Amino acid sequence: MAKKVPEFNAAPMADIAFLLLIFFLVATTMDIDTGLTRKLPPLPEDQEQQQDDKKIKERNVFEVLINSSDQLLVEGEPMRISNLRESAKEFIANPENKDNLPELTEKEFPEIGVMTVPKNHIISLQNDRGTSYEMYLHVQNELVAAYNEIRNEVARRKFGKKYKELNSERKKAIQEAYPQVISEAEPKNVGGN
Amino acid sequence: MGKFRKDEKKTVPGLSTASLPDIIFMLLFFFMVSTVIRETTVNVAQRLPSATEVQKLEKKNLTTHIYIGKPKRSYQDRYGTEPRIQLNDSFAKVGDIRDYIFTEREKLDESQKPKMTTVLKIDKETEMGIVTDVKQALRKASALKINYSAAETESVY
Repeated sequence: MAKKVPEFNAAPMADIAFLLLIFFLVATTMDIDTGLTRKLPPLPEDQEQQQDDKKIKERNVFEVLINSSDQLLVEGEPMRISNLRESAKEFIANPENKDNLPELTEKEFPEIGVMTVPKNHIISLQNDRGTSYEMYLHVQNELVAAYNEIRNEVARRKFGKKYKELNSERKKAIQEAYPQVISEAEPKNVGGN
Repeated sequence: MGKFRKDEKKTVPGLSTASLPDIIFMLLFFFMVSTVIRETTVNVAQRLPSATEVQKLEKKNLTTHIYIGKPKRSYQDRYGTEPRIQLNDSFAKVGDIRDYIFTEREKLDESQKPKMTTVLKIDKETEMGIVTDVKQALRKASALKINYSAAETESVY
């Protein structure tokens, strides 16, 4: 009979593993950062650029003001936040070619072909120092949602798919057709303090 | 008589724990893979607003965090209850952001520097005044890519 190898005692192994497990449970987090990605405008280098801003025609600007009591003023009219998405969408796409909404132009895009898109539009978002961050982000969210819905509609009309499911070239073409232009104006007091 | 020795097998055999380490190791590996090491202890209130159009931030190493909110209770006697900025592990002023961004940017490779994203983790009850100041400071530090941190939800109404 061969000499028996003594069996390895694996009982403390569980303790060691438990110890490591608890260490990792305590020292790590699971949450992935999610949020709205935005781009800040670079600081104006000189007066010239600021004057350029003024040249944009009024019909091409969608003005959103939030006062310190979290109330909205959109294009000079008070508005509830639940209506903001629809009116932003109407502004961006201007489907009925109205006079007071952005000028339209025919443009050719790769993958899509010729499409009628707004020439240049801008959404100007202004807030007061007393506006709550929650409201501000809510408005940002609605504006991004308006863009996403429009892009989705275009994607469905042209390619029969959701925007998310398109390949990157087609996505890029749609982005070019409807670029996100949300300008966060130079800070100033909008009143209502 | 020897065939009927009843006393011999009366005790219940002990439960084998040989596979226990395997199970625990499995859990361990799961947590090691799916989590990230906590980098800072957040000393300000963080109830993030929710939004529907959020995107995931994929590249963890390209992000820099700025926390804004009311100091937590244990810090309130020293720092008050007004929203404060937290950079790394300490409270900071708006003027410190520039240096903070520059040091964080230095840690990245040259090619990655333009891709740096500043994640603003702001408590939802904060007023925009301090946020605007931070945004202006970020513009001055030319850290233009920002991300307003928000939790994902189905509907915000």
